[in-house]
Amino acid sequence: MSDVSFVRTEMLPEKEPPASEVGILGWIRHNLFSSWLNAILTLAALYLIYYALSNILSWTFESVWNANSLSECREIMMATWGDTHGHACWGVIKDRWLQLLYGFYPPYPAHPDATWSNPPETGGWPAYFRPNLTFILLLVSIAPVLFTKAPRKLLFVTAAYPFLLPWLMWGGSIWGPLMVAAGFAIGYFVYKLALPAAGSLTALILAIVLPILWWLFASGPVAVAIDSVIPIGIEPVQSRDFGGFMLAILLGVVAIGVSLPIGIVLALGRQSDLMIVKYLCVGFIEFIRGVPLITLLFVASLLLNLFLPPGTNFDIILRVMIMMTLFSAAYMAEVIRGGLAALPRGQYEGADSLGLNYWQAQRLIIMPQALKISIPGIVSTFIGIFKDTTLVSIIGLFDVIGLTNGIRADTAWNGVYWELFAFIGVLFFVVCFSMSRYSMYLERKLQTGHR
Amino acid sequence: MSELAIEREIDRSKMQVSDEVAIEITNMNKWYGAFHVLRDINLTVNQGERIVIAGPSGSGKSTLIRCLNALEEHQQGRIVVDGTELSNDLKNIDKIRSEVGMVFQHFNLFPHLTILENCTLAPIWVRKTPKKEAEERAMHFLEKVKIPEQADKYPGQLSGGQQQRVAIARSLCMMPRIMLFDEPTSALDPEMIKEVLDTMIELAEEGMTMLCVTHEMGFARQVANRVIFMDAGQIVEQNEPEEFFNNPQSERTKLFLSQILGH
Repeated sequence: MSDVSFVRTEMLPEKEPPASEVGILGWIRHNLFSSWLNAILTLAALYLIYYALSNILSWTFESVWNANSLSECREIMMATWGDTHGHACWGVIKDRWLQLLYGFYPPYPAHPDATWSNPPETGGWPAYFRPNLTFILLLVSIAPVLFTKAPRKLLFVTAAYPFLLPWLMWGGSIWGPLMVAAGFAIGYFVYKLALPAAGSLTALILAIVLPILWWLFASGPVAVAIDSVIPIGIEPVQSRDFGGFMLAILLGVVAIGVSLPIGIVLALGRQSDLMIVKYLCVGFIEFIRGVPLITLLFVASLLLNLFLPPGTNFDIILRVMIMMTLFSAAYMAEVIRGGLAALPRGQYEGADSLGLNYWQAQRLIIMPQALKISIPGIVSTFIGIFKDTTLVSIIGLFDVIGLTNGIRADTAWNGVYWELFAFIGVLFFVVCFSMSRYSMYLERKLQTGHR
Repeated sequence: MSELAIEREIDRSKMQVSDEVAIEITNMNKWYGAFHVLRDINLTVNQGERIVIAGPSGSGKSTLIRCLNALEEHQQGRIVVDGTELSNDLKNIDKIRSEVGMVFQHFNLFPHLTILENCTLAPIWVRKTPKKEAEERAMHFLEKVKIPEQADKYPGQLSGGQQQRVAIARSLCMMPRIMLFDEPTSALDPEMIKEVLDTMIELAEEGMTMLCVTHEMGFARQVANRVIFMDAGQIVEQNEPEEFFNNPQSERTKLFLSQILGH
C-alpha cells in the first residue's frame, strides 16, 4: 500500500466558527482594530467625528427660534449664552418658511389681498390648497409606478396627473388641459380606425400628425369656444409668482418624468440601423451634453423670444421645463445606452429566434434588463437634474436660492447665511436621499439571481 | 469532445424521414466583410431528419445554422425553410423564426423572467395564445424536460443543464417543425451534458427534424441519420454515421476524427 492512497470513510460534519469570528466582538476586531495602524486610525476618526458633531449639534440645538430680526436674535444669544457665536438663529426660518416653500404663490388665489396671517373672512379653501393638493396627488400618482403593491387603479390618477398638474398650479379654464388630453384620445382613435384600412405605418404617422395639428391649430380655439358656453375654471396664477422649493419640485418632477421616455427613445435611436435617425440622435445628445445647463437656461429666458413670432407669449417656466428636460434626456440616453451595451448579444438573439419583432423584443426583453442595469445611473441623473433646478435663480426665477437674496435684502435679516442654506440643504437632502434609497430598494427587488 | 456513451436503448419507431422537404439551401454564400465564411453551400433536409454538423472551430458550422433563421444574413443563394423563402422581407423572417426553434450554447434565457414566463412569452406575444393555454402548454413541456418544479424560479437559480433544458422547452412551446441546436452542450459540465443529450434524444424519438452543431460524437453515431463535416466554410463530407465514422473518405475528415476520437 502506497503512502499517497487515502479514502475518506465518513464526510465531516459542519462545525461552529470560533467565537473571535462572529458576534459584536468579532465584528469590532475585524473591522476596527485588525492591526495597530487600523486601531490608531479608528481612534483618530472617532475623535474627528466627536469634534465635528459637538460643534454642529450645539449650533443646531442651542439656538434662537423666537426672534423677528437678526439683531433681536443676537440680543437673545448674548443674554442667554454670553456670546453670539456658535448658535443658530432659526427665527429667520420661522419667519420666512412659507416663502421658502411656496415663493410668492398666493395662499388664497381667489382673494388677492388675503395673506397667510390675514386669511379671507369668507371660508373657501385652506391656504396653499392648490400646490398642496398638487403635491399630494403627485405622491398618489407615482405610488403605483414606484411600488407594485400599490392598487393598480391608482394608475388612472397617474394618467390624469400630467393634465391636472398645470391646471391646479396655473389655474384658469379646465377646458385647456382637457383639450390637450383630447389630442391623445384623437391619436388613439385615429390609430384604431386607420390600422385595418391603411396598415400599421400609415396609421402610426396619422396618429402622430393629426394630434399635433390639433394641438397647434384647433385645441386652443375649441377650448375658448367651449369655455364661453360652459365656463368651468379656477383663479389663474401668474408664472412670476411661482417660486421656492415648490418650483424646484415642479421643475424636477417634469424634467424627471419626461426625460426618461425621451432618453429611452434617444438611446434606441443612437443604436438604430437607420443612418439619419442615428445621427440626429447622436448630434442632439452630443450638442446638449457639450453645453452647460446655464447656457441653455439663458437661451430659454432670453434668446428664445428672438426666434418666436412677435406677440407669442411663451411661458418662462414652460421654457425652462423644456430646456431642463432636454438636458436631462441627453444624459439619460447615455446612461441607458450603457445599460444596453452591457446586455449580452445572446439576449437579442434569444428574442429574435423566438420570432419577437423589434418593438416586442425591446419592450419585453431588452429594456427591462437594460433599465435595471442602469438604475444607479438613472437615479444619479434624476438627483443631478433635481439639484440643478436651483440654477434657475440665475435667470431671475425665485426658487429657494433666489429667495435667500431677497430675504437678506430685508434689513431685519441682513447677514443671515448659514441658517437659510442649512434649511435648503435639508429640504434637498430629504428628497435626494429618498430617491437614492428607492433606487437601492428597486435594485434589491429586481435581483433575480446572478447570471 | 468526448464520446459520451448513450446507455439506453433508443426507440426508433417514430424516427422516420419523410419525402417532404423541410429546408433547402442552394448555392448559398456568406461573407463577413471581405472574409468568405460560407462557400457555395448546397443542402436539402427532409422532414424528420436528424443531422449532426461537425467540424473544427471557425469552419462555419454555427454560422450555417444561424443563417437558417436569419440571425445571420446570407448574401448569395437561396434558403427555403418550410416552404418560405428567406429574404429581406421582415414578415417572412418573423414567420420562419416562429416555426423554427433554436437552442444556443449559452442558453440565452431571459434572466428577468421566471422559467414559466420564459416559456410563455413568445406564444403569448407572437402566436397570441391565451395566457392560460400558454401556461398549460409550458408546463407540459417543462414536465417533458423533467423540471416542472422549477417553473417559478428564475434562470439564475438553476444549474447549467437545467437552464439548457428550459431553453429547449421554451423553443418547443412555439410548436416548431424544425429545431436548430448550436453547440447545446459545449458550455456544460460533463455531469450535465448527459441530461441535455437525453432530452435531445427524446425529441428525436418523437420524430422532430433536428440540425445539431455538436462535438458529441456519441450522439451523432446513435441518433443522427446523417453527419455533415465542414471545414473552411464548405461541406467537406457527408454520410450516414456508420460510414462517416468507420470509413471516412476525405483526408481532412480522417484527421479531424483521429484527433477527437483518437484517445
